[in-house]
Amino acid sequence: MRLDLVPRTRRSSLLNLLSPALAFVAAVLIGGIAVAALGVSPVQAFVTYFVMPLSEIWSLQEIALKAAPLALIATGLAFCYRANLWNIGAEGQFVVGGLAGGWVGIATHGAEGMAIWILPVMLIAGTMAGAAYALIPAVLKVRLGVSEILTSLMLVYVAQLLLDYMVRGPLRDPAGFNFPQSVGFDPAARLPYLMEGETLHMGVLIALLAVVLATIVLSRTLFGFEVRLVGASPRAARFAGFSDARLTLAAFAISGGAAGLAGIAEVAGRIGQLQPEISPGYGFTAIIVTFLGRLSPPGILLAAIVIALTTIGGEGAQIDLRLPLDLTRAFQGLLLGLVLGADVIARYHVRIVPGGPSSRAVP
Amino acid sequence: MDAAPSPAIGIPRNEGPTPLFGAYGIVKRFGSFTANDGVDLEIRAGEIHALLGENGAGKSTLMKMLYGLLEPTEGVITHKGDIVQLPNPEAARRLGIGMVFQHFSLCENLTVAENIALVMPKALSGKALAARIARLGADYGLHLDPSRPVWSLSAGERQRIEIVRCLLQDPSLLILDEPTSVLTPGEAEVLFTVLERLREEGRALLYISHRLDEVRRLCARATILRAGKVVGACNPREETARSLAAMMVGTAVREVTHRKRGTPGRERLRVDRLSLPAPGLHATSLRDVTLSVAGGEILGIAGIAGNGQAELFAALSGEIRAPSPEAVRIDGQPVGSLGINARRRLGAGFVPEERNGHAAAPLMSLSENVLLSRYATVPLTRFGCLKLGSARDLARRVIDAFDVRKAGPDPAAGTLSGGNLQKFVVGREILAEPGVLVINQPSWGVDAAAAAHIRQAVIDLAARGAAILVISQDLVELFEMAGKLSVLNDGTLSPAVPSAETSREAVGLLMGGASDHGSAGGSLPPVHEMAPVPLPAHAH
Repeated sequence: MRLDLVPRTRRSSLLNLLSPALAFVAAVLIGGIAVAALGVSPVQAFVTYFVMPLSEIWSLQEIALKAAPLALIATGLAFCYRANLWNIGAEGQFVVGGLAGGWVGIATHGAEGMAIWILPVMLIAGTMAGAAYALIPAVLKVRLGVSEILTSLMLVYVAQLLLDYMVRGPLRDPAGFNFPQSVGFDPAARLPYLMEGETLHMGVLIALLAVVLATIVLSRTLFGFEVRLVGASPRAARFAGFSDARLTLAAFAISGGAAGLAGIAEVAGRIGQLQPEISPGYGFTAIIVTFLGRLSPPGILLAAIVIALTTIGGEGAQIDLRLPLDLTRAFQGLLLGLVLGADVIARYHVRIVPGGPSSRAVP
Repeated sequence: MDAAPSPAIGIPRNEGPTPLFGAYGIVKRFGSFTANDGVDLEIRAGEIHALLGENGAGKSTLMKMLYGLLEPTEGVITHKGDIVQLPNPEAARRLGIGMVFQHFSLCENLTVAENIALVMPKALSGKALAARIARLGADYGLHLDPSRPVWSLSAGERQRIEIVRCLLQDPSLLILDEPTSVLTPGEAEVLFTVLERLREEGRALLYISHRLDEVRRLCARATILRAGKVVGACNPREETARSLAAMMVGTAVREVTHRKRGTPGRERLRVDRLSLPAPGLHATSLRDVTLSVAGGEILGIAGIAGNGQAELFAALSGEIRAPSPEAVRIDGQPVGSLGINARRRLGAGFVPEERNGHAAAPLMSLSENVLLSRYATVPLTRFGCLKLGSARDLARRVIDAFDVRKAGPDPAAGTLSGGNLQKFVVGREILAEPGVLVINQPSWGVDAAAAAHIRQAVIDLAARGAAILVISQDLVELFEMAGKLSVLNDGTLSPAVPSAETSREAVGLLMGGASDHGSAGGSLPPVHEMAPVPLPAHAH
């Protein structure tokens, strides 16, 4: 007996919309069993994970602040993954963006008269640095055929160590008692808060803007068409006269730029200075978010919120219910697996074929 | 499940010994398409049996049923006179059937021994296996170094692995699917020696090919398929390559009547001594291809798939750049180093062989598929933004003009039937009124009505002054459409001759690469009326 996947000739749009929701329900049920096995009431855990974070202003803001970099990075990554390009180094591009933008903030520390220009220059510097950093694996791939998966991943560690070196060396605050951190940014170098006395800053709006822009670019422009076509039918894309090399460079520049912008937004927003660690793994979590959102910007926004919610909820569960933080990670992984699995079912009929295992696909 | 003895109903009782394997009344339908229609085949021990036919004749379908990859819709398969069921390749292997595929299924990163161990019973240790590989190699002249990684091997050596894999299971029937298509002549010679040796051991071999000289050398019996039916059985050694070709392409087809053609206009498409290295392992290199098509003219390029058609198409479209700009000219302008869109802007249109995934993106809507080949020449974008309304209008014009049947207003291209999608991609190019149209296999796998529609539209386009190059392996189609014909064989193009002055048999002979008339890729008779394109014999 074997399982055969037969492509559905017509994809039901209802099933398409419903499948991630069903996957979420299934993940919650399986997670509930795991929680019960740990000796905690699943209902109580559900409330702590998914209801409590939505019930208070501060935790809602936390969700938005966590979701914003995830959504911004994942939106950029969607351009790569749609075109079958595997940039998994967004974490490094995030760090380099934060470093480059942060350097501008440090260099202008105490300067007067050009305050209004500092923040835009920081954001641009962060974006450009992230894009340039992502172009390294892209150029290596185009010129020498090096696998972008390896190079983009390895450059993450280069970026992290570079940041570590900079904040311990050249960019260290001279008056900082040798702590590995830079001077705190001037107010002109910080992203403004959206509400007086709250933590929500402009980075959230930047992420929302990026999602809207990416939606339009992907569905309404020739470049978006190129990205979708290369991913769906590479040979047809060459027949359409699109160049693989050009698209590789463009997609990597976009995803690196988005990650770099997210990096400087985090540094100029929440952190306010450079320090050895500026990311709790946003660049890697964003990969999950991209696929959870099925490579479409609106879906990515939703997925980013769900992942941020489970992260905040997981912190609450750790404190209130003494549930391990690993459970949150396991739940996020489970969710991704189930969403991708549900996608397969939405796209294919699963048929059980009696008889021995087929050693070869039957055309 | 295998070798279930049952009363042999429906098996014609022939005189003579019971064949080792038999297939009787085999019918295989894919939807409304009948790939095999009442095929009978008997294979005896100690013979190399040829299965001959053009592409699409049903050879592959038949052998897949013998190997358990497909199940027949009707008919029975017998082993030593007993009816057997072959639900999967495992069952076929248990009966002693081995198969060497045209495209190898090897893991590039593993060694020869590891690749062989993958398909062997687990009990066999690495050392014992290496010893058996070495012994087989010595016995049959199939020399292989078990420790070499596959990526470092030539096509011939890779094929040897596939053969050794089969031989280790001691098959009584070995099926070979166009085994020489990837081999150099020297490698083919080695293979023939091995095959003759296997025959002498009393094994049966089913040899699938369209290369007539090979078949005549190796096989004493041949079954010829055309359009899913057995059209003849013969001893190839008693036939000439010419008579075999006639059986393959069918002499019963009516002779075409040629329309009155106007005088050809000026030269619009020219290829000058174009040579291209093979772009991949299974690809063919082009050698000194020269051709010329004038306005109002249709040049047909005959040839069996895999002889350079895809490469020639890519070189003409610009998907592969030519080594020099002058190698390809459109309306006198050198375009060899230009991309496909630059050539489209000069008035060229292209229809590739593969509808799904090359000419069209199956998951995208028809209007997006219009965009695919037309955005460079029609104002379908403004400042980089898509004008989706204009694309939909253009798609609707194609759909109306070419009677494309579809479900919904703007469905995904992949939901259309083959014939309708082909009408769509041909119509998309023809509505652009190209001055030069290159079209590869215009009606491959398309029902008769759609094929006629497409051919008529192409002929009408030529009548309006376009130069048209049709690449096809369907001789009926070529004789119906083309005023001049060339044959592409192993990357070499024969000089063009008026199709009225040659015969289907002559073309079929050249397609098979038979050497009755000069070297492979020789010229179509009559030589004295060749097209006025001088072709230096071997200038490189």
